Amino acid sequence: MSGRLAGGGRLIDRATPVSFTFNGARLSGFAGDTLASALLANGLLLQGRSFKYHRPRGPVASGVEEPNALVNLGTGARSEPNARTTVTELREGLVARSQNHWPSLGFDLGAVNARFAPLLPAGFYYKTFIHPRAAWKSLFEPAIRRSAGLGVVPEEGDADRYEYLYAHCDVLVAGGGVSGLAAALAAGRAGARVLLMEQTPVWGGRALVDGPEIAGGPAADWIAAALGELDALPNVTRRARAMVAGAYDHGYALAEEMLGDTDFGPRARLWRIRARRIVTATGALERPLAFAGNDVPGVMLASAVRDYLELYGVSVGDRTVVVTNNDDGYRTAIALARAGRTVPAVLDARPAAGGALPEEARALGIRIETGRGVARVRGGKAVRGVAVCDQEGEGAVVGRIACDAVAMSGGWSPVVHLWSHSGGRLAWNETLAHFAPDTGRPPLGPDGEGFAIPAGCASGALVAEEAMNDAHAAGLRAAQELGFRVEDTPAPAARSPHEDPPRAVWMMPARARPGLRAKAFLDFQNDVKVSDVRLAAREGYVSVEHAKRYTTLGMATDQGKLSNINGLATLSQALSIPIPEVGTTTFRPPYTPVTFGALAGEARGALFKPTRRTPIDAWSDANGADWEPVGDWRRPFCYRHGTETRAEAVRREVLNTRQGVGVLDASTLGKILVKGADAGKFLDLLYTNVMSSLGIGKCRYGLMCNENGFLFDDGVVIRMAEDTFLCHTTTGGSDRVAAWMEEWLQTEWWDLRVHVVNLTEQYAQIAVVGPKARAVLSALGGMDLSKEAMPFMTFAEGTLGGVPARAHRISFSGELSFEVAVPANRGQAFWDAVMTAGAAHGIAPYGTECLHILRAEKGFIMIGDETDGTVIPQDLGLSWAVSKKKADFIGKRAQARPEMTRPDRETLVGLRTGDPAVVLPDGAHAVDGPVAASGPTRTIGHVTSSYFSPTLGHSIAMALIERGAERMGQVLDFPLEGGEVIRATVCDPVFLDREGSRQNV
Amino acid sequence: MLLLTCPYCGVEAEETEFAPGGQAHTRRESAGADDADFAAYLFERKNPRGVHFERWRHAYGCGKWFHVARDTATLEIFGAYSAQTAAPPEALIAKIRRRRPGWEGWS
Repeated sequence: MSGRLAGGGRLIDRATPVSFTFNGARLSGFAGDTLASALLANGLLLQGRSFKYHRPRGPVASGVEEPNALVNLGTGARSEPNARTTVTELREGLVARSQNHWPSLGFDLGAVNARFAPLLPAGFYYKTFIHPRAAWKSLFEPAIRRSAGLGVVPEEGDADRYEYLYAHCDVLVAGGGVSGLAAALAAGRAGARVLLMEQTPVWGGRALVDGPEIAGGPAADWIAAALGELDALPNVTRRARAMVAGAYDHGYALAEEMLGDTDFGPRARLWRIRARRIVTATGALERPLAFAGNDVPGVMLASAVRDYLELYGVSVGDRTVVVTNNDDGYRTAIALARAGRTVPAVLDARPAAGGALPEEARALGIRIETGRGVARVRGGKAVRGVAVCDQEGEGAVVGRIACDAVAMSGGWSPVVHLWSHSGGRLAWNETLAHFAPDTGRPPLGPDGEGFAIPAGCASGALVAEEAMNDAHAAGLRAAQELGFRVEDTPAPAARSPHEDPPRAVWMMPARARPGLRAKAFLDFQNDVKVSDVRLAAREGYVSVEHAKRYTTLGMATDQGKLSNINGLATLSQALSIPIPEVGTTTFRPPYTPVTFGALAGEARGALFKPTRRTPIDAWSDANGADWEPVGDWRRPFCYRHGTETRAEAVRREVLNTRQGVGVLDASTLGKILVKGADAGKFLDLLYTNVMSSLGIGKCRYGLMCNENGFLFDDGVVIRMAEDTFLCHTTTGGSDRVAAWMEEWLQTEWWDLRVHVVNLTEQYAQIAVVGPKARAVLSALGGMDLSKEAMPFMTFAEGTLGGVPARAHRISFSGELSFEVAVPANRGQAFWDAVMTAGAAHGIAPYGTECLHILRAEKGFIMIGDETDGTVIPQDLGLSWAVSKKKADFIGKRAQARPEMTRPDRETLVGLRTGDPAVVLPDGAHAVDGPVAASGPTRTIGHVTSSYFSPTLGHSIAMALIERGAERMGQVLDFPLEGGEVIRATVCDPVFLDREGSRQNV
Repeated sequence: MLLLTCPYCGVEAEETEFAPGGQAHTRRESAGADDADFAAYLFERKNPRGVHFERWRHAYGCGKWFHVARDTATLEIFGAYSAQTAAPPEALIAKIRRRRPGWEGWS
């Protein structure tokens, strides 16, 4: 049984107890504990259940690579699923709950899945549960979804705050082990701006446990001295609890710094880093061995066993069998023996073990069995013993050893993630049986030079002396490449026992029978076994990427940190292809999960996306505006009086505007100034119709198409002077159209003498609309607004009510209408003046829905309703606005393509429903002929705009219908969801005042 | 995230400060072009693994369009230059030839 020892534990403070709860039970640990070490200290080895078979699991590791021990932390708005106990710092009051089991961690009904394991092999979802077909959706899928899975997504919004921090440095050193410290020192001494980041709270990495001698003394002394020197260098910044999650193009890096659960300040900080060099001092991870029962709680990585012992004073078991294929595993046996724990045997898969560490173990009286391995582990929720076999055999048991823990070491793999994220290549090291960075093929910066430099264990230098030399050289090289003068100083001298090479062991025993292979886990979290990978190979999944997805190997939250190499080696053996040819799956950021909150930063709620507001916004808000988003703006959908519903308000606004006078805040319309000697020529190229012939003081409606001929914006163009036009655009289109104009001027017609300025927000634009519009505005005084002085489609500048104004006689409603532009800072004053002058006439503001109904009654199109990026002006009956005389305009050639001239294109029509009260849903589809009782029905078009017209007392709609112009008077069927069919008659889309007599007064 | 240098204002900045604009040096076809040429102008773009000329705009900076020669596989940036030209500068072509001896040329 696991528990706390009387002594030891480098990181814990036994004077400071910390209480916490796990599954409701109050427990106690010490400051400095991780949740994993505290649970182990309380004898709680069982910490989670696996994803697929619900097998009982304990921690297999002591760090970020942990696949098993995932819990839910916190409650309510501070609930976080899938937290690894091995990296969760214990703090007072911490609340943890285990996941993926029912009803309890100890007794989980879902574990019945394991009984059905033969039904759930690799790719089972393609093979089993197929018949009966209907059962998949109603029975199999819900059942599988309920049983598979990990933590539960929090239901409340995150109560914590997060922030971004932008950092620039010469050298980013990822990893604060002794290699990272050495590299940071080397680069920092040379004067480079160094940012050093360590994912854990503790500096020094594995050296704290594995204790090489550095600079003639204990590693811990050197670490303390190195930190002191780094802190004295003003050009070096270091951050603990900061995990460099990803390295991206050209030396961009992201890091997540955990600041702790606090009511003050952010919980985590996302560092967005630009580094000219990234030193990846990310260390190495120990590999598990694949033997039957290697997932039983109590089977742990050898390094984890000694981490818990040395760092936290926690013993995983009383009797620990060590099984290894390398010398490093003996460190665990030695540490356990020195701490007074029993090590019944070291099973070494190699034929001989003659290195310094095995000799030391022998000297301590530990029995070493070479050429041996574990046939299977006995035990369910805890280890009861191991059956020993010959490594080269099929698993015949040659002995049994009673024990309650197994420490396994399958060798070490450099952490190559950061190196690989943006293209660094790997090379297979046959001796050490791992992939390491191929330093000849690094990820490249913009200058074509490598920006990443691996250091220490991360570059494959696993022995302390080599690692320190390598890391020191990496730091020097980074500084030197950036032009800093470096002195050729020696690396800190490190000494550790000589190690004999490991022996690659991908299956234990090497020729394990199928029964054993089906119990030898590769990916612990996803329950992928050796047998699954071999099955995938047999079924033809020869690509490692395909095999990964088919078996889900490496797709768990640990992203294959433990399983990757073992899995591809298993695939390599099954396919008889060398490991380097099988290759690795792609390493993608982040290295470990980054909380969504940190990625979002402050960009949430009101700060997620700024809202554009007009000068009249505050007035509208105070006067009943019911807002809707339009582009980046918010605009009143309608203004509600008292208890009015939306529909009642809209109806009132329409009738008031048609019969009296309404006022609209049209400030959101784009206003783009186009000025220069060639302005007319330029606009002739941009608009489908001719603009150069427009008289000064006149207005003209224009259409803009893209090179595909599709209509994308419309609006009224006015000519202010010989060389000056002002182009009105749609609300959502002003920025896009201004950018469009710039693009053509800069990249195609740079010979034209034109410049473009987006004046949209410089003006408030207020439309006074309705039969009494002239009376209202005339009352303000200052301009002659008579029909004679200002006919339809002209404009004039002057002052109205003392405010500088440009009044346009343009109409999007079919009514007598003046759109008046005034300086933005006078917008509210002018609006107030209009409201005062209009009070006697019953003036009332109207919103976008009224605007839509007014324009739809007149058959005016709306960009985004009648257009969808596939519609040309000709489809909309706007051929009159497309010049046939101009030699060229954007879209002209495209509109002559066969596709655009087909006679059966969908064209714009009006629709009247049989029942005048029935309003067609937007987007309803028209079908060819009556709706068929069964079988497919051909769609011939769809409704683009649909409203009830208060003016006319019946519903109106516009639609794009195949050969629409030929169908006048036809009755079409519009089948709706649920079987209802609405019938409507095709008609002219202009429902009101076809002659235009209302606006031309 | 690429690091690009705007040739107009000289600012070296993050990719997010720029807007991509697709392949550079396309020749606009307009009225009078036959269907095949026009379709090629509208729809056909190069997608090389290697040297590529592309358009970028310093959208959150000076607003200028410019061209970049870039290796799509290694992300090496060979250079940036004005968009108001029909061909890449000679010096840039020479530099790319030095860096990529087997390069088949830009057009």
